[in-house]
Amino acid sequence: MEPAPEPRSVYRHRLFTRLWHWVNALAILILIPSGLMIFNAHPRLYWGHYGANFDHAWLELPRFPGWATIPSHYSLAGARHWHLFFALVLGFGLLAYMIIGLINRHLQRDLRIRAAELAPRHLADDFTAHLALRFHDPARPGAYNIFQKLSYAGVVFVLLPLLIASGLAISPGMWPWLADLFGGRQSARSVHFIAMACMTLFIIVHLTLVILAGPINEVRSMITGWWRVPEEAE
Amino acid sequence: MITRRTLIVGTGATLLAGCDSLTDSPALMSAENAHRFLQRSINGRAALAREFRAEQRSPFFRVNGTANPNTPEYNALAANRFADWRLRVDGLVARPLNLSLAQIQSLPQRAQITRHDCVEGWSAIGKWQGPRLETVLRLAGIREDARYIVFHCADRFGSQAYYESIDLVDAFHPQTLLAWAMNDAYLSVGHGAPVRLRVERQLGYKQAKYIMRIEAVSSLAAIGAGKGGYWEDSNGYEWYAGI
Repeated sequence: MEPAPEPRSVYRHRLFTRLWHWVNALAILILIPSGLMIFNAHPRLYWGHYGANFDHAWLELPRFPGWATIPSHYSLAGARHWHLFFALVLGFGLLAYMIIGLINRHLQRDLRIRAAELAPRHLADDFTAHLALRFHDPARPGAYNIFQKLSYAGVVFVLLPLLIASGLAISPGMWPWLADLFGGRQSARSVHFIAMACMTLFIIVHLTLVILAGPINEVRSMITGWWRVPEEAE
Repeated sequence: MITRRTLIVGTGATLLAGCDSLTDSPALMSAENAHRFLQRSINGRAALAREFRAEQRSPFFRVNGTANPNTPEYNALAANRFADWRLRVDGLVARPLNLSLAQIQSLPQRAQITRHDCVEGWSAIGKWQGPRLETVLRLAGIREDARYIVFHCADRFGSQAYYESIDLVDAFHPQTLLAWAMNDAYLSVGHGAPVRLRVERQLGYKQAKYIMRIEAVSSLAAIGAGKGGYWEDSNGYEWYAGI
C-alpha cells in the first residue's frame, strides 16, 4: 500500500494582501452597522438634490433594530464618531491596497480578467464546477476562478470606490461637483445605501463560499498566507 | 450551562457593548480634525457651496430644532416685529455694535439659493438673503487675537441657551450670511426670525437661529461646556460639521 501523498501547500496571499483584507473587513463590519444607525435618524431615501419629510421618498423603512446598529441604542452622534473614523480607514486602506497591489503586481497577476475567461463556454464550465463545489483549476490551484475575479474586482474597483465617493458626496464641505455627479446629495445618499446593500450581499455570498470551500483552510490561508491544495485539485 | 447558542449570543452582545463603551473615545473623535484638515486641503478656503436656480428650491422647507423660542423676552420682540431687537456684536472687537434690523438690511446684501443639509440626512433648498458676516465683523473692527465667532441665541434647551461657533475661515467665507430673509420674505419664527446664520459648507445644526449676540473670542473653552456649541456640548456632535 502506497503512503498517502503529503498535502501540498501553496503560498497564496502575501502579507500586505492579508493585512488589508482584515483591516478592511473590520472597517466594513463597523461602517455598515454605524451607517444603519445614521440611516435610522431619517429612514427615508430620495432622488435629486433635496428631500425631506414633505417630499416624495422612493424608500421608507422602519428603523433598524439595536442588534444591527452601532451603537446599539439610538445615538446619531455616536454612530457618526464610528462611521467617520472608519471611513478614513476604509478610504486610505483601499488607496494603499491599490498602490501596493500595482507595485507588487497582485492586481495584474491575480485579478486581471482575460478575454478567454469571459467566453460563454468557460463561464458555463466554471459555473457547473461551482455547483459541484469544485472552485479551483487543478492545473493552477493558486489562481482565482473567473467568478472570484469578477466579484473581487467588482468590490475593489466598483463597489468600494462607489461607497467612498457617494459617502463623500453627502458631505456639505466636499466638492459640489461630486454630489452633482450622482444627480444631487439625496441621490448620492440613495446610491450610498444601495451600494451598502450590495456590499452586504457580497459578504453573505463570500462567507458562504468560504464555508463551502473549507473554512479552516480558507481562513488559515488568509492569516498565514499558506493554502493547502484540495485533494481533487491534485 | 453554556450552550453554543448562548456563547454566540453572549459574545455578540459583549462585542456590541464593547463598541458602545468606545463610542466617545478621543481616538474615534480625532477623525473630526482629520476630515476638517482633508476637506480644507482639497477644497480651498473660499470654495463656494453649490448654488441653485429658483425653480430648484424645495416646495416646502421643513422647520427643525426649535420652532419657537417662546420665552417672554422673545415673544415681546416678535410682537413688535423685532423693531426693538438689537444684534449685539462684542468680544474681541474694537467697536462693539448694537445693530437694529433696519441697519442690518441697509448693509450690502448677498442673496443665495443653497442646500441645507441636516445631520440626520435630509436636505432642503431655499433662498437666503442678508449681509455677509464679514461685513459686520469688519464694521465692528474684529481684533487680531480673535479666533472664533460665537453666536448666542434666543432659543433655550432647558436652562441652556442655544449657541454655536465657527472659526474665521468660515466667518469670512463669501457665502456666510446673517440672513433676515428666506425665499424673498422675512424670516419666519420657525426658521429663526429675525436673523439666523448661514454657513453653507456645514450641517444644519451650525446654522444658528434667533441670533441675539455675536461674540468674537480667542478660545471656546470658556463658552458653555467648551466644545463650541449646544449639540457639541450636550450630545457629542462634531464641532466641524463639513462631513
